[in-house]
Amino acid sequence: MTISSDPKQVTQICFDRINIPDQHKLSVARENGAYEFLPTVLKEFDSAKIINEVKTSGIRGRGGAGFPTGLKWSFVPRNTGKPTYLLCNADEGEPGTFKDRDIMRFDPHLLIEGMIMAGFALGVRDAYIYIRGEFLHEANVLNAAIKEAYDANLLGENILGTDYSMNLTVHRGAGAYVCGEETALIESLEGKPGRPRFKPPFPAVEGFYRCPTVVNNVETLATVPAILKFGGEWHASIGIPNNTGCKIFSVSGHVNKPGNYEVPMGTSLKTLIEDYCGGLQHGTVPKVIIPGGSSTPWLTAEHYDTPLTYDDLMKAGSFLGSGAIIVMDETADLVAVTRRLAHFYAHESCGQCTPCREGTGWLERVMKRVEHGKGRGDDVKVLKEASEHMAGRTICALAEGAAAPVLSLLKFFPEDVKGRLAESAE
Amino acid sequence: MSADTVRFSDERLAEIAELVKRYPGPQSALMPVLYMAQEDFGYISMPAQEMIADLLGIHLMRVREVVTFYTMFKEQPSGKYLLEVCTNAGCMLNGAYELVDHMCDSLGIKLGETTPDGMFTIAEVECAGACGGAPVVQVNNIYHEKATPETMDELISKCRAEGGEA
Ligand SMILES: NC(=O)C1=CN([C@@H]2O[C@H](COP(=O)(O)OP(=O)(O)OC[C@H]3O[C@@H](n4cnc5c(N)ncnc54)[C@H](O)[C@@H]3O)[C@@H](O)[C@H]2O)C=CC1
Ligand SMILES: Cc1cc2nc3c(=O)[nH]c(=O)nc-3n(C[C@H](O)[C@H](O)[C@H](O)COP(=O)(O)O)c2cc1C
Ligand code: SF4
Ligand code: FES
Repeated sequence: MTISSDPKQVTQICFDRINIPDQHKLSVARENGAYEFLPTVLKEFDSAKIINEVKTSGIRGRGGAGFPTGLKWSFVPRNTGKPTYLLCNADEGEPGTFKDRDIMRFDPHLLIEGMIMAGFALGVRDAYIYIRGEFLHEANVLNAAIKEAYDANLLGENILGTDYSMNLTVHRGAGAYVCGEETALIESLEGKPGRPRFKPPFPAVEGFYRCPTVVNNVETLATVPAILKFGGEWHASIGIPNNTGCKIFSVSGHVNKPGNYEVPMGTSLKTLIEDYCGGLQHGTVPKVIIPGGSSTPWLTAEHYDTPLTYDDLMKAGSFLGSGAIIVMDETADLVAVTRRLAHFYAHESCGQCTPCREGTGWLERVMKRVEHGKGRGDDVKVLKEASEHMAGRTICALAEGAAAPVLSLLKFFPEDVKGRLAESAE
Repeated sequence: MSADTVRFSDERLAEIAELVKRYPGPQSALMPVLYMAQEDFGYISMPAQEMIADLLGIHLMRVREVVTFYTMFKEQPSGKYLLEVCTNAGCMLNGAYELVDHMCDSLGIKLGETTPDGMFTIAEVECAGACGGAPVVQVNNIYHEKATPETMDELISKCRAEGGEA
């Protein structure tokens, strides 16, 4: 790795080796530092030390909710007599998100190494990567990398001659967004439809086959090797307190150079879009910025200078979420985009909560008629009421995410909706 | 197909026996086994579902529930080339609907339909997780990023040439 031990010099962690040709091959990965520190961890660290370093690092879950990873690991009960499982969430379904894919296809050994370290800390014997079904290529790359790792005794029995043994299996989803929600993911991995469970109990206590289970996002796990190598303090000194480390942002929509960019936390939205993404396709200031995936509330031009941190985006009225930034310039038809997102959530609702099942259907139907100039006089009220009824009354956060685009449209651009309604009245 | 003609090969059965060992319970192997069935038989027919239920020792209802819940499991055969166009936000903002219209025109079918020769099925799908390459089209699960009407026309001709008479 070329990551600097001086936190001030660090600009990338997970993507450090991303551009190296053939990095997915074990021999190349090893030349570039993969698994270099693993023997030290397995031989000289113990569970308490690892969990402590991860806590000190301040890393928060990169899957979207931002829950402190070290804290989550410390909630796993020990000596229950049951196995503990580690599940990597590679479902990556939130519209706008495409970062985990690059880690998996270009540097799979980084993820595998992170999982071995996490598994060792948690006393895990069987670990799984749950990857969205569409990522067939990525699943194949991972399987090839895992095979190489087994052959090199980096996985399987007595890893590198130590007492620690761990199996790792790739499990493909099959096209259901809701399976990214961790309890739906667990149901799916048990061979069932992916319907979320009530939380609590959290998976840390009762998860896969009702055993203690840690679910972590790809990017979270891929950060673990650097945290252990350079130390929790090192990671805590990158970024901003309470928002430490680097973060991969997936930028899409109306920018000239869409793509994944890893930057230290606290970089501003404007810097990311102008310096990294080559600015907007049309105009100079975005009309809408969805900062954390389609489920997060919209921001507008006035928020363009916001630093990219969990805290600052929350202050601005949204969330950092999965770090998926969808940018829309003045040419975007916001009613059409909102209708498309409403369709997505209606299609993906698992249907077990009435407010979500009915609400997402309503939002889609009403947005559709508004888009097609067939709206009715009280449609704004209908949309508002339907959205407000969905939040906080359901088993999982999908319903809230479904309401976010509609509520944002009505909040910032009521005239766009009213304009369409006026058209229909003519 | 009837129940006795839908059978996994011996290699597949050996593979499945190994697979089951990787999970705490046999039902966890259901999704991977359904993928195998889809790969081997083209789609997952009722007889195939019955055979899989027997094989894993689970109730047919459990298999049905899973097959119908997940969009990537197909109970009907689709065209030899399944063209799946993402029309979600990132792709929509970069011309996905115009692309769909163009492809439908070129193929002479509507979204969700299969060409009469059984060569192409075109479908609209949700975010493919590759929005940096919008618009994204998956062809039998291979990603084509930054798709344009021209590259899609080319791809369709290439499939026609490769696929020959369906
Ligand atoms: N990456 C993607 O493709 C997507 C990401 N998301 C994100 O997912 C987020 C919501 O995720 P949820 O899992 O519903 O959030 P959550 O807040 O319920 O949980 C976050 C994590 O912390 C753990 N946790 C929280 N409290 C705990 C406790 N007391 N004990 C033990 N563990 C605890 C949970 O088990 C989970 O792993 C949204 O903010 C959204 O941004 C949503 C859709 C897709
Ligand atoms: C509808 C829904 C979909 C989700 N999809 C994903 C996903 O694709 N990937 C992911 O890592 N987390 C996803 N999450 C969040 C997970 O439930 C969970 O918080 C996360 O995997 C925990 O890992 P982390 O702490 O490392 O972020 C989703 C949550 C919801 C409510
Ligand atoms: S909120 Fe929606 S997706 Fe989540 S459990 Fe309820 S019905 Fe299913
Ligand atoms: S919106 Fe099309 S790949 Fe994400």
